[in-house]
Order: sequence, then C-alpha cells, then structure tokens
Amino acid sequence: MATNESPVLQIANLEFHYDQPLLSINNFEVSSGECVGVLGPSGCGKTTFMHLIAGLLKPDQGQVLINGTDITQLGEGQIDRIRGQHIGIVFQRLHLVPAMGVIDNLLLAQRLARAPIDREYALGLLAQLGIADLANQKPHQLSQGQAQRAAIARSVAHRPTLLVADEPTSALDDDNAEDAMKMLRELTVNTNAALIVVTHDERVRNRVDRVFSLEGAA
Amino acid sequence: MSLFRLALANLRASPLSSAVNILLLALGTASIAILLLASAQLSNTLTKNAAGIDLVIGAKGSPLQLVLSGVYHADVPPGNIPASEVERWQEHPSVGNAIPLSLGDSFRGYRIVGTVTEFAALYDGEVQEGSYWDHPFEAVIGSRVAQTSALSVGDTFAGVHGLAENGDTHDDSTYTVVGTFAPTDSVLDSLIVTSTESVWLMHASHVHDEHEHDAHEEAHGNEAGEEEHAHDEHEEEHDHDAHDHNEHEQDAHEEEHDHDEHEHDHDAHAHEEQEHAPDANDHDEHKHEAPNHEEHGDEITLLLVQLSSPLAALTLPREINAETGLQAASPAFEITRLLQIVGIGLNWLNAFAVVLVVSAALSIFAALYASLSARRHDLAVLRCLGATRGELFYLLFIEGMLLTIAGIIFGLLLAHGGIELLGQWLGDGQGIVISGWTWASGEFALVGGLLLTGSVTAMIPAWQAYSTDVARTLSAP
Repeated sequence: MATNESPVLQIANLEFHYDQPLLSINNFEVSSGECVGVLGPSGCGKTTFMHLIAGLLKPDQGQVLINGTDITQLGEGQIDRIRGQHIGIVFQRLHLVPAMGVIDNLLLAQRLARAPIDREYALGLLAQLGIADLANQKPHQLSQGQAQRAAIARSVAHRPTLLVADEPTSALDDDNAEDAMKMLRELTVNTNAALIVVTHDERVRNRVDRVFSLEGAA
Repeated sequence: MSLFRLALANLRASPLSSAVNILLLALGTASIAILLLASAQLSNTLTKNAAGIDLVIGAKGSPLQLVLSGVYHADVPPGNIPASEVERWQEHPSVGNAIPLSLGDSFRGYRIVGTVTEFAALYDGEVQEGSYWDHPFEAVIGSRVAQTSALSVGDTFAGVHGLAENGDTHDDSTYTVVGTFAPTDSVLDSLIVTSTESVWLMHASHVHDEHEHDAHEEAHGNEAGEEEHAHDEHEEEHDHDAHDHNEHEQDAHEEEHDHDEHEHDHDAHAHEEQEHAPDANDHDEHKHEAPNHEEHGDEITLLLVQLSSPLAALTLPREINAETGLQAASPAFEITRLLQIVGIGLNWLNAFAVVLVVSAALSIFAALYASLSARRHDLAVLRCLGATRGELFYLLFIEGMLLTIAGIIFGLLLAHGGIELLGQWLGDGQGIVISGWTWASGEFALVGGLLLTGSVTAMIPAWQAYSTDVARTLSAP
C-alpha cells in the first residue's frame, strides 16, 4: 500500500544497549496507512524495539519521532501522554482488564489516552470486528479468538496514528492468522493509522507492505 | 470510565477477599466505636444524673452501693436511716439543701420514690401534664414510665414490694397518677415520684394487712367491726380523702402491734441489711413537706445533699462518717472510682480492638499486595494505554481506601446500631440513657486514625505500582 502522508514514526541513529549492544538502527520510517512488518528471530530485540517506539525504554542515543515529536527528549509524563494519544498496542498476551466488560475496556483505553469518551465509536469497532454482541461480556467469558478481536478493538479505540502489534499471529493457525492480519489492516486503513507488526512469524511477510528485518539493521 | 470505576470493578472482581477485608476492618472499627460510644454516654449519664448532688447520706455500708441506689437507682440501698436525720442535716450549716428519698417499691421495674417535690429540680424536671401530688398515694411519673407503661393522668396502679417486677403487689393500696414529667434524659424519666408519706403509709398498710390477716385467723370475724371502729377514729383525726383509709390502717396497725415488728418490716423492705431502733424523736416538720415521722416513727432510705459551700465537701463527709451511725458518699468520687475500675477493663477491650484494626490493616495490605503481584502485567498494560505512574498509584490507593472506607462505614453502622439496640434494652427502666443516634467525640479521632492507617496500608502497594518498570514487566514471562 502506498504511503499518503508524512511519516508517523521516524527513527534515526538509534542505539540501545543492555550489557552489550542490542539494537542499532540507522533509519526507519512508517507513514500513515502503511503496514510494516518488523521481523527477526527470537532474541534479536524485537520487543525492545517496540518498547523504544512506545517510549517505555530510552535509547542510549538517536531519535524516535512520533508525528514529528522526538520522544527521547521528553520527560516521562509527556511520553505517557504521547503514547496514549498516538500509539495503540496489541499485546501478544492480550491483557484485557479482567474486571471489566469488553466495551468498558475500550472506554478505559479512551480515558487513559485522554481521548473523548465515544461509546458509539467503540461499539462500532466491536461491530466491525463481529463481536458487538459481546460488548458487556467479561474477558474470561470470551474465546481466545474473541478476546483477540476485543484486544485489537481496544488498541484503536482512542484513534491512534500508529498501531503496534506484538506477535499478533504467532499463536494462530493460518486461517485465524489471515483473519487477524486482515482485521488489523482494515482498521488501520479505516482510521488512516500506520501499522507495525513485530513478529518472528514468517507468514506475516506476505501480508504487509514491506518488511524491516531487525537482524540486518545493525 | 474513571479510575474510580476501575478500582471498584477490581474490588468486585475478587468479592470474597474484599468482603473479608471489609469485615475485618468493620469488626475492629465497631469494637472501638462501641467502647467510645458506651463509655462516653455512660459517663455523660452518670455525670448528668449526679449533677447537683454533692453527697448522699445513708445507712452504713458500701458507699458505691449508696450512690448507685440513691442517685442512679441502679442498686438496692444499704439500709434505712431514721427520718429524724432529715431535719438534723437540713439544719446543718454545711448543707444547702437535703432531699429525703424513701425507696423500696416499684411498678413494672420502675422505682417508686417517696420524696419531696424539690427532687425533680435536681434533674431539671418539670411537670409536663397534670400537677404534683396534694395527697398521699398520688404520684408523678417520668416520661419513659408514661411512654412504656401507657399510664396517664388519672390512671391508677399498684406498686410491688421490692425492685423486681415479681414482688408482692400492694393490691390494697393503689397510686393515682396526677402528673407526668417532661423528658429529661436522666434517671428521672424512669422514676415514679410520690410523697414520702405515701411510701410510709404503703408499708404501714402492708404490715397492717399482714397483721390483719393474722388477727382474722385468730378473731374469726371480729375484724370487720374493729376496722369500722378504727375508721371512725381516723375520720375524726384527719380531714383527708379516700387515701386516708390507708393512713387509718397504719394507725390501727400501730395501735395493735409493737413498734419492733413495724421496724422489722421496714428494714426487711430495705433489703434487711440494717436494723434501726425507731426514732421517736421530737421533730416537727422539715423544710419541704411534712412526712410525719413523729407520728409514724418512720425511716427514710437516704438523703441527697447539696452543700452550702465547696469547703463543706471536705469537712461534712468526715463529720458524718466519724460522728454518726450514718455514712456520706460523694457521687463524683464514687463514680470516678467506678469508672477507674471499669476503665481497666475498657483499656483491655480497647487494646484488643486496636489489635483487630491493625490485623485488618495488615490484611488489606496483604490483599492489595497480592493483587498487585497478580496484576503487575495488567498495570504495565495500563501504562502502555497511556496511564501515568501517578494514575497507577491513584488506582491502587483508591482500592485500598475503598476497602478502608467501606470497613469504617460498616463498622460504624454496626457500632451505632448495636448501641441503639443496647440502649433500647437498657433504657427500659434502668435509668441509663444510651443511644446509637449520637456521635462520640472520640469517633472523629477513630475515623481519622483509621483513614490514616488505611492510607499508609494502601500507599505501599500503590507505590509499588507507581514504580513498576513497564518494559521489564512486559518482557517478563
């Protein structure tokens, strides 16, 4: 899919170390409506990469710009705000709030992102993902597939400009993996957001606009 | 969707744990609140009922018993004293006022007090309906008596011997209600007040009846004529109403029986603790009314004394205790002594209640901490969704405080409800006014202390949530 706007995410000269150098990325960009797969084997730093994008980790050097704002220069509170407003995350372990119904999980995401509370929009997302009738169900009442749809709906409930999905297909069979990717693509297209799929699942390679290989980034 | 709702949902998601924590804290809170409410109101009641009474003069015995019986009407008196003591002590320069009390009978558990009209003034009592007595066997009843017994002005009732409801009934001599006191929230509400003379006549009548019964058995039918004769004599001597029949009976009794027997009866009525020689003294009328003890050779139970000066509080009791066969007891001193004795027990109960509260606080802490450990990933996800560290702190803190506040509210409801029930049970004739519809000043400190404890308890896991390393937590297996 062709890009049609300025980059939502720009990474330049990024380096991050734990005990030894882990990540080194010279340049990486994703624009609105674009779907990029970040692929690499286990231990190559995919999760660290995702945390750096989300501002949960600070790089040792380099820049991470979200919609033009370099979050490496911001304080923690400002990063929290940027993350809430601009980034949606689909976790591998879905992490829906177990005490709340599906619709309340979506409304909570809006609340924490300081976005307007829009129940109709949230219900529309659930309908789009085919789980509107489960809006008031608690997460433990959902099947794995239903829970994943709910988690995807939550990740875009606050209208983020960048959606990051962590291993969204790893635990799924081919059909369900296809469905999950289709849902993510449709949602990002509909909301004009950029999508980054961080995974080691090679099946994703053919379902994204382009692939960024982490093992070859350094 | 607020964090408050999220906190509430989290607590509802583990109802058993939440309920146990709330119950634990509620029990601790209720224990302390009950002690505070009961001790404050008991102290107030004791103080209010003793207000204006500096000394109680009565028969030798336990001074606390004398005070409990004479001021609070919560015990039997240690004995009787000669009625002549009324005038003697009323005329003493250290005495400002002395009010005689004659005790011994009751009606449905409410004590009948033979005294003078000034008695009610000790409790700021005023006749709300009707008037004070003009004649023997007329009585003014306290507000609680009127409320629970359904007696009203014009009704009659028969007292029973002693202070229990199952005593011998004075069926032959009935009291007529001539007035009711306005509520005073004091022991007066639970008393039936009549003239001293009424009590004397009642017991003279009672003894007479017993002798009359004996005479009947011996004389086989001559009694009727004797009674009629005696009645005529009585009518010549007094210009009283129908109650005079009782007076007549006493006169007849005194003529027919020796004084020792009469004395014995009266002492038995005052719980057979003391024997007194009849005091055929030469007093006439005392300051208030005229219980004619010269005629009856009667006794009273005790004297409530107001001193003429603060200095008299030091000298008069010593004088009475040293120089007479009587004793003087200070309500303030005796009640302080009583509260000190009771206070030791209360302190132990308080300590136990504090242990309960601390246990509850630890339990809440443990529950929150365990919950935090189980939800560490969820909290990290909330950070990813945009929650700040402060919001996670706030979320855990709210959960802890919700448990604390619920425990406090539930505990206070338990305490006040329990005290109200206790008050209703005790209030029925015991002269102790205890209500759940009041707030002890110590409860402010209790609530403040509990909120502080809850805050500290909630703050530790809240701080842990605040300090959560999101990236490390999400990376952890």
